[in-house]
Amino acid sequence: MPDSNPENLPFAIRHYSPDQLRGALRKMILIRKFEEGAEDSYTRGLIHGTMHLSIGQEACAVGACMALSDDDKITSTHRGHGHCIAKGADVARMFAEFFGKETGYCKGRGGSMHIADVAKGNLGANGIVGGGLPIAVGAALSAKRLGTGAVTACFFGDGANNEGAFHEALNMASIWALPVVFVCENNKYGMSMSTERSTAVAAIADRAAAYAMPGVSVDGNDFSAVAETVEGAVARARAGAGPSLIEAVTYRWRGHSKSDRNRYRTKDEIAGWMAQDPVPRMAAMLRAHGVLEDEGLAALEAEVADEIAAAIQFAKDSPAPRVDHATRDVLTPSAA
Amino acid sequence: MNIAVVDSGLRELSYAEAIREAMDIALATDPRVVLMGEDIGVYGGAFQVTGDLIDKYGPDRVMDTPISELGGAGVAVGAALTGLRPIFEFQFSDFATLAMEQIVNQAAKLRYMLGGAVSVPLVMRFPAGSGTGAAAQHSQSLEAWFGHVPGLKVVQPSTPQDAKGLLLAALDDPDPVMIFEHKLLYKMRGPVPEGAYWVPLDKAEVRRTGTDVTVVATGIMVHKALEAAEVLAGEGIAAEVIDLRSIRPLDRDTVLASVRKTGRLTCVYEAVKTLGIGAEVSAMVAESDAFDYLDAPIVRLGGADSPIPYNPDLERAVVPQVPDIIAAVRDQARGAL
Repeated sequence: MPDSNPENLPFAIRHYSPDQLRGALRKMILIRKFEEGAEDSYTRGLIHGTMHLSIGQEACAVGACMALSDDDKITSTHRGHGHCIAKGADVARMFAEFFGKETGYCKGRGGSMHIADVAKGNLGANGIVGGGLPIAVGAALSAKRLGTGAVTACFFGDGANNEGAFHEALNMASIWALPVVFVCENNKYGMSMSTERSTAVAAIADRAAAYAMPGVSVDGNDFSAVAETVEGAVARARAGAGPSLIEAVTYRWRGHSKSDRNRYRTKDEIAGWMAQDPVPRMAAMLRAHGVLEDEGLAALEAEVADEIAAAIQFAKDSPAPRVDHATRDVLTPSAA
Repeated sequence: MNIAVVDSGLRELSYAEAIREAMDIALATDPRVVLMGEDIGVYGGAFQVTGDLIDKYGPDRVMDTPISELGGAGVAVGAALTGLRPIFEFQFSDFATLAMEQIVNQAAKLRYMLGGAVSVPLVMRFPAGSGTGAAAQHSQSLEAWFGHVPGLKVVQPSTPQDAKGLLLAALDDPDPVMIFEHKLLYKMRGPVPEGAYWVPLDKAEVRRTGTDVTVVATGIMVHKALEAAEVLAGEGIAAEVIDLRSIRPLDRDTVLASVRKTGRLTCVYEAVKTLGIGAEVSAMVAESDAFDYLDAPIVRLGGADSPIPYNPDLERAVVPQVPDIIAAVRDQARGAL
C-alpha cells in the first residue's frame, strides 16, 4: 500500500511525471537487453575485439542522466554502453558500431570502447581509465567561459579513483568552480582488484573532502537515490556553486571483459548482488506507486525486444566501411 | 644571436615577443581563445613568453594552471572539443612526459575514434632544447615522439617571424598542433611583420641556396647550419640550408627537389640522433627517385645517445655544434668531388 504522505514518497515518484518514470524504466530495460544482445552477438562471432558489459549497473546510468538535457555533456568509460543509451543514443547505430559498420556512431572506427553520440552530448567512452576526467573538466570550462549553462556529468569507475588524472581533475574543477558532476560507478572491482585492496579510503566519496566539494555515496542500484543525488549536484553546478563527487555503489554481473575467468570473487557474492537487480527494483517502485501496471511492463519489454531485434538486423544489413578509407578522419579536411 | 637575413625594413622583435604578439592578436580577435599553463599569469611564464598578457585579458583568459600537467592538458583537450581554442604552455617540454596520455591517446585520436564527428583544435607550446645548464630533465628535444603520432601536427619555428606566423596558423587549424620552441631562441631578434599573417604548417623554407650539399636542419640547428654554410662558402662549398619547419607533415617536395639538385644530404638536429627526424628524412630520400641523384652517403648529425649533462662543456659536446657541421659537410662534399 503506497504511503499517502507525499513527504514519504520516493524522490523519483515525487519529482518525475509518470511518462518520465516509464521512459526511465524503458531505458533501463533497453540497456539490459542491449547488453544481452551484444553478448549474444559476440558469442556468435558477429562482434570482434572485446567489450565491457554494464549489466547490473543500469540504475546508475539512467538515474544520473535524468537531470541532463541534450545540451549537457557526459564523458563515459570503457563500460559505457549504458551511459550512451541513457543519454539518448539510437541502439541501431550502436549495434552498427559494434559490428564495425559505416552506419555506426563512429563509422566502425571506434567500436564498443569509443562509442559516442556527440549530437546528444555524449563526448565518448574512453579506453583509458581516468582519461575522461580532465576532458569533462575541460567541457565544463567551455560551458562556463562560453556561458552555455551546460553541465557535464563525468562517469568513471572505482578503478579511476586511483589515477592521477582523477585527483588533478577534481582539484581543477574545484578551484575554478566548474559545472561538472563526477559520477563514480563503484562496481567494487578494478578488473580483479577490489576497492578494499586498492583504495585507502573506505568510501570513494570521501575523496571529495580533499578537493573541498560535496561527496555523497548512494545505493547505485536504486534509481531514485541516484537520480535524487545527481539532480541536486546538477542544480548546484548550474547555479555556479561548483562540482560534486557522487559515488554510486553497484555491481557488474559479468566479468570485466571477455577474458575474465572470475577468479577474484565468489558465486555467493555475485548471487547476492543479482538479488538486488536494479531493473525489477525500479519496476516494483513504479508498480507500488501506480505508475505502471503488469500489462504495461509486459508491453515495455515486448517493445524493447522488438527494438533490439530490429537494431541488430540494421547492423547486420549495414555496409562495411571501405578499406581504402581506413586512414580518413585522422585529420580534419581543410575547408578549401 | 641574430638571423642572417637581408634587411627587410621590418621592425625587429624577439622570438618570445613574436609569440606573445601572436597570442595577443588571437586573444583580441577570437573570444574562444584562452591561454593555459603553469605560471603564465602574473609571473609571465618561466621564459616570459606570455609576459604581461594577463594585465590586458585577465585571469579567465590567461589561466594559471596548478602543477598538474596531465590534468591541465586534459582540460585543454576537453575545452578544445567543446568550443574553446586553448593555447596550452608546458613550462618545459620535458614535462609533457607527464601529459602524454592526454596528448597521444586523447587529443590525437578523438577525431578518428569518433569517426570524424569531432575536431580537437588545440595548440600546445613546448619550450625545448639544451644550452641553459638545466641538465637532463629540463633540456630534452622530444619533438620526434610527437611526430610519430598520427593526428598531431608538429612544427619547430626557427625565427621570430615564423614563430608568430606558425602560431597563428596553428590556431586557425582544426587539429592539434604541437609547437616546439627552442629556449635559446626566445631572445633572438629578427624582423616580424605587423598584424596577423599565417605561415603554412606543412612547408619547409630554403634559408640559403646552394648547389653542393643539402643541409636539412630543424629549430636552433638552422642557425648553426647557416653559420657553417657561411664558412664553407669561403672554402668553395655551396651548402643549401633547408629549415624543415614542420616535422609532421614533412615537406617532401622541398627536400627532394634540393637533393636532386645537390646530390648530397646532411641532416642536423639537436634531438637524439637515434630513431630521430634525420632518419625519417634520410629514409624519405632513400625511398624516392632522389636516391638516384645521391653522390655521397647521407650524413646525420644529431644528439648523442645520452641525457643532457649539466657541465657546460659536456652539454655542448652532446649536441651538434657549428664546427661539427662544417667538418661533416666538408667531408661529404670533398669525398664525392
